[in-house]
Amino acid sequence: MRHFDELLGDLRAKLLQMSGLVELAIRDSVHALEGIEDSNARSVFKREVDINRLELEIDGTVTTLLALEQPVASDLRFITAAAKINNNLERIGDLAVNIAERSQSLLQHPHSGIRTDIPQLAELTESMVKRALEAFVAKDADAARAVLVSDDAIDDLRDSIFNDLIDQMKTNSQSVQACVDLMFAGRSLERIADHATNIAEAVVFMIEGVEVRRHHTQAVSG
Amino acid sequence: MASATHGRESGDAKLASRSSMTDESRSIPAEDAGVRFQISNLDFFYGAKQAVHGLNLKVPTNRITALIGPSGCGKSTFLRTLNRMNETVRNSRYTGDILLDGQDIRKMNVVSLRRRVGMVFQRPNPFPKSIFDNVAYGLRINGFKGRLSEQVERSLKRAALWEEVKDYLQKSAFALSGGQQQRLCIARALAVDPEVLLLDEPCSALDPVTTAKIEELLFQLKDSCTLIIVTHNMQQAARASDFTAFMLDGKLIEYNDTSKLFTTPADPRTEAYITGRFG
Repeated sequence: MRHFDELLGDLRAKLLQMSGLVELAIRDSVHALEGIEDSNARSVFKREVDINRLELEIDGTVTTLLALEQPVASDLRFITAAAKINNNLERIGDLAVNIAERSQSLLQHPHSGIRTDIPQLAELTESMVKRALEAFVAKDADAARAVLVSDDAIDDLRDSIFNDLIDQMKTNSQSVQACVDLMFAGRSLERIADHATNIAEAVVFMIEGVEVRRHHTQAVSG
Repeated sequence: MASATHGRESGDAKLASRSSMTDESRSIPAEDAGVRFQISNLDFFYGAKQAVHGLNLKVPTNRITALIGPSGCGKSTFLRTLNRMNETVRNSRYTGDILLDGQDIRKMNVVSLRRRVGMVFQRPNPFPKSIFDNVAYGLRINGFKGRLSEQVERSLKRAALWEEVKDYLQKSAFALSGGQQQRLCIARALAVDPEVLLLDEPCSALDPVTTAKIEELLFQLKDSCTLIIVTHNMQQAARASDFTAFMLDGKLIEYNDTSKLFTTPADPRTEAYITGRFG
């Protein structure tokens, strides 16, 4: 195997490692939001350190590869996609921390009577992230495109959740703090989905050299 | 088409605004640039051996076109066909058409053709004359009637060599460094105001700093000249050209805007060659 191919393999391995950590971070943050225990939130905070460290390592590897190897064609597209995916994964990690922090705040405020579709939003978001990363691993542009069309449903659900929470705040002033925490958590989940969209767009470009940013909604709505 | 005010935006658009940068000079399509050379069904033979097979290509005017490919693929043979330099090789011949601004080059006076289509070779080859006489030589034999010293100065300036040699024009060309000699050869070719400059690996004998100077010079020259460069250095082709043609075994495999060819090559053989996975 050529030395350059080994370097590309190392980059891919680091990205996969980071993907795994981020998926776990999302899972723990959602469990923290749903659950009673604080341990899930603490796991998210701890994992954030590793995610941030990996982000720096991957950025360094990308810079070195670009400077020393002058990659072109599919190698160049992979490396530039890796840089974008890296950035988006790190942001997802930050958002998972935000959700975990909101879950800790929720523990301090009564919220048992609040009804929301946040669990459904969480499930859809986790699925989007998982599918985007699977598309990257499998180099499957069609699977990546399928992720892109999921974003609208997430946005709609986020809006619906916000409206429900606003209604609940209007009728029960005791619930305001908890509802605010849930709104922020919902917003973070929706932003995680946006980052999953970005990852899917990067995967399509990596495989096909086709730019799909800002085009996929046009295709959906004609 | 979805309205931007009603459609939802993709992830990045919602998260942050972003400006995009494009290199407009690289993205002008060949058809908008005009065609300087049109090559149709070119087959070239050295005796019984066929070196170029069925080549079709339109070389855009006032652009830099790079020819890349492995050794022996026919790129230098093709280049030398464009000003009939291959006629100096015994038993060589070609079929097909090569049109320069619509005229068949076989029907042109060869001296006139080579004035219009100049050539710079891999190794600098100044004449054993002074710097001045090297540049003036082509002008003299073409019967130039104007002010010779002005034209020599203009050519040396165009070749970015004037400031370095203006006080030593009577010095022998062999006293110059390799990079200066190569720029002198470019000045010599430019002195007769060619429409096309063919460059066969012009930087392969030069150091990186001099190479960068020559490449910068090529960017400046394309305003007044169409340039075709053969290079083994793919990074040079990527840096310095507007369009790139990849040849293999005497055939043109792919021809495209340089940025497209080096980011998303259409042919797997091009991908294999430019990523170094060839062979």
